[in-house]
Amino acid sequence: MGPGRTPTPTKPRQGAATRGTIGESTPRPDGILKATGEFAYSSDLWHEDMLWGCTLRSPYAHAEIRSIDVGEALAMPGVHTVMTYADLPAETHYGLEVRDQPVLAAGRVRYHGEAVAIVAADHPETARRAAARIKVEYAELPLVTDEATATAPGAPVLHPGRTDRHAAHAPHPNIVHRQPIKRGDVAAARARADVVVRRDYEVGMQDQAFLGPESGLAVPAEDGGVDLYIATQWLHVDRDQLAPVLGLPADKVRLTLSGVGGAFGAREDLSMQAHACLLALRTGRPVKIVYNRYESFFGHVHRHPAKLAYEHGATRDGRLLYVQCRIVLDGGAYASSSPAVVGNAASLSIGPYTVDNVDIEALALYSNNPPCGAMRGFGAVQACFAYEAQMDAVAAELGLDPVEFRQRNAMEQGAVMPTGQRVDSPAPVAELLRRVKARPMPRPGGSADVRELPGGLSNTSHGEGVVRGVGYAVGIKNVGFSEGFDDYSTARVRLEVLGGEPVALVHTAMAEVGQGGVTVHTQIARTELGVAQVVLHPADTQVGSAGSTSASRQTYMTGGAIKHTCEAVREEVFRRGRERFGADHPGWADAELLLAGGKVVTEAGEVIGDLAEILGGDAIDIEKEFRHRPTQPFHPETGQGFGHVQYSFCAHRAVVDVDTELGLVKVVELAAAQDVGKALNPLSVVGQIQGGTTQGLGLAVMEEIVVSDGARVRNPSFTDYLIPTILDTPSIPVEVLELADDHAPYGLRGVGEAPTLSSTPAVVAAIRAATGLRLGRVPVRPEHLTDT
Amino acid sequence: MEFLRPASWEEALAAKAEHPAAVPIAGGTDVMVEINFDRRRPDHLLDLTRIAELYEWQTGDQTVRLGASVPYTRIIERLAAELPGLAIAAHTVGSPQIRNRGSVGGNLGAASPAGDAHPALLAAGAEVEVASVRGSRRIPVEEFYTGVKRNALADDELIRAIHIRKAAGPQQFSKVGTRNAMVIAVCAFAIALHPDTRTVRTGIGSAAPTPVRARAAEDFLNAALAEGGFWDGGRTITPSIARRFAELCAAACDPIDDVRGSAAYRRHAVSIMARRTLGWTWEAFRAGGDTTGDTTEGGARCA
Repeated sequence: MGPGRTPTPTKPRQGAATRGTIGESTPRPDGILKATGEFAYSSDLWHEDMLWGCTLRSPYAHAEIRSIDVGEALAMPGVHTVMTYADLPAETHYGLEVRDQPVLAAGRVRYHGEAVAIVAADHPETARRAAARIKVEYAELPLVTDEATATAPGAPVLHPGRTDRHAAHAPHPNIVHRQPIKRGDVAAARARADVVVRRDYEVGMQDQAFLGPESGLAVPAEDGGVDLYIATQWLHVDRDQLAPVLGLPADKVRLTLSGVGGAFGAREDLSMQAHACLLALRTGRPVKIVYNRYESFFGHVHRHPAKLAYEHGATRDGRLLYVQCRIVLDGGAYASSSPAVVGNAASLSIGPYTVDNVDIEALALYSNNPPCGAMRGFGAVQACFAYEAQMDAVAAELGLDPVEFRQRNAMEQGAVMPTGQRVDSPAPVAELLRRVKARPMPRPGGSADVRELPGGLSNTSHGEGVVRGVGYAVGIKNVGFSEGFDDYSTARVRLEVLGGEPVALVHTAMAEVGQGGVTVHTQIARTELGVAQVVLHPADTQVGSAGSTSASRQTYMTGGAIKHTCEAVREEVFRRGRERFGADHPGWADAELLLAGGKVVTEAGEVIGDLAEILGGDAIDIEKEFRHRPTQPFHPETGQGFGHVQYSFCAHRAVVDVDTELGLVKVVELAAAQDVGKALNPLSVVGQIQGGTTQGLGLAVMEEIVVSDGARVRNPSFTDYLIPTILDTPSIPVEVLELADDHAPYGLRGVGEAPTLSSTPAVVAAIRAATGLRLGRVPVRPEHLTDT
Repeated sequence: MEFLRPASWEEALAAKAEHPAAVPIAGGTDVMVEINFDRRRPDHLLDLTRIAELYEWQTGDQTVRLGASVPYTRIIERLAAELPGLAIAAHTVGSPQIRNRGSVGGNLGAASPAGDAHPALLAAGAEVEVASVRGSRRIPVEEFYTGVKRNALADDELIRAIHIRKAAGPQQFSKVGTRNAMVIAVCAFAIALHPDTRTVRTGIGSAAPTPVRARAAEDFLNAALAEGGFWDGGRTITPSIARRFAELCAAACDPIDDVRGSAAYRRHAVSIMARRTLGWTWEAFRAGGDTTGDTTEGGARCA
């Protein structure tokens, strides 16, 4: 492969005569249904004769299971089966990268909330009560809760006898993966530095807090297989983990995407999938499982909490000389996607800046805390909070404007990453900062309406103690799967003429989780085939894998696959046309023909063929795979390697009002500027940026899963895990740049994650500006602002 | 679980006498959460929604008799003049949907120290009218809260109404949460000036096992205002009086550290809210203005 592998950019004229093509703001087909409560989510699934599944979870974070007695539960009327580890028919473990997670606890539980047993009953309440009657005898074990307890002499090893590919280079068996990156000479650079800033940072455990809890319906099939209707982010990776656990060949485990109520990474790992399928196959009845909000907090992985130590050195004239950093991520009880999160945190750890000398170390721990894995921003969020705080601190030491200091060190196209990878597409970091800084400021505070003041409707201030602050941040996120992963997507496109109308059917396994594939994929097919009518087939495993709806990759990857397949369909139309009608018109000899409105058109605009005549009653039906350019693993010692497909950049300016006496914060405005390469659906692009920005605001000032008191989750509810309401969400003006990445379809750049990075440090920088406090931890709590 | 649906108050009392463990339910904003999470599984639920009088209120010379089930939304819309402190507090309860169903009777029945109505009732002065087949009685609200989520109701009693003193002067309510809306209280503070009796009363929420009045702070302030002739003189309260009042309010707290906030922060925040709300109400009193002292146009009472 290589650059030549990338499809050449499409002639702009294809699709020009069609409406609803790429670049047009297109409303979501499910938008009104969702807003009015009529959309069917996976929790709304129903089947005649179905049973309800329920999970019994561990009350302890680390314990040996001495015995399990299911007798009383099984004897309850209405209970059809109870299953424990002993009842598993085949493989007993699964996992995204490392198969270390038991389907049901195998003699030992490693985190508070781990699944121990499952029940199927004819009523959800019966299932819940039966689960409560399962008697489990636990013997508590010593806890691993942080780096010190994980690596102390004699520390309990959570996963003895590891054979995974990271085990060999992990410095301790309780370290999932460690990635160093070394370039240049940090010691020599330190000796030359005029200013050195060394600080510690901490990021709390954020939850994805999607609104549609984990849910799905497993239906046993006559062929001995199972059909699973499920809200997930990647149908095929679910299937590939399920089939061995169920003891079935992959083709007997069929998944269909159901209505997904948000994901943000939390649906990358399996939750209730295996449990529902096991119960369905065991009872021969359809089984539905729906978590409630409480269980949902235990049912999915969270964002890795992190401790970060950073040292930056710079010259008096504001040039960064070196960065040394160490990032410790808490991966919790099971690996999930910790290795990839480590790779991201390490490779993106210094931000979108050019620094010749780096000494970087990132690692993830195994602990008895809740498992952590994918969440929007994926390792880059934690790093961005720290490096942007450092940039402000260094600028302050130098007496430089923080934006000016960032711009002096901002990377550009051609810059070299700490990994040695050259950034070979636009990197408008300085320009994004310039744009957010140039925006007019929101009007000054002193509002008469409490809703516009810190505390809001709680009526805590009528202006007393309120100080305004302004802060800036910018971040860098990779797009697509990295480090040599064979990342591809598949699209099947069928073109036919029905009732005189050309119709394209687009079939992919893309999980629509709210990101907007349902509009963009239609737009791409319209563009490439010049047809008005495009039908999206429901996503299922009857077509090849689309890869995950994560890493900001679906528009690039499945969008790319649809484009790629549509091009093949178009060429097939032309081939058939030439075969049948080539002699009728000299235009058929043209190299570049177009499809528009069911006609074949020459570049000069002359209609030379009709799709209805070319196809007759036949359909063209093609399924093809699409790959982005290959990447390489990072070297285990030096971290060098062409590790990432693409980078995306977003900058924020936060304006906040802080009640400095009560420690309450009102974010007044959070302006964003992002380069998206090409906005396929501009409406959706702005929505993604505003959504990511808001999720970053949540991490800055309120969102944290509190784990304490024996590694227990203390706040598994929306009463105490707070996410921003509309009164916490400021005006978010968005500027979109479109600087094409020539390696990507249409030049596009993944959008969804980058805004989540810089939002958090921008808000905290603004709070620092208002209070003069150092604030090394997020979320910032009133206690931090009032020293209480 | 049996669902009892009395059609009248008398039937409700009879049902409660027959099933003393029955859990009364009106808006269900608290009880249903408990039931849905299986934290509570009573043998009987006593549905009060058919009893129309519980949704009514009467305004007398001195007091408002507020039916136990009057939703917060009604208090905000209809009783802001008579019960300004309670109206502001009502507006901080949950979301509009919750305010449409939740009621002061429910707050009292649950007796959570975080209930938003409690501080406003304490500051205004209120009595809880409770009844059973044995008869009815009125319990001063200070004596109603007996412990964390415990109240003075006998097993066979139901809350019928709350008699709240009509505002004779400015009242305020302020609540700290770590979100700008729809948030449970980290701590809360209410104050009511009673120019008719030349007293100031307070209420503190979420900063002790029960809602409490800061009595030492009230005594100090009442004495200071009397000695300094503040009620007659129309003078601004001196910073030292305000500071001492705030300190004494903080001292009235007996808070805990929990996931919502530290004990130290709760004390601190109560002192700040005490100082600020005293300033707002006193300045409103001096100006002879409206009863909230809320100079903020469309402030807490809109939206």
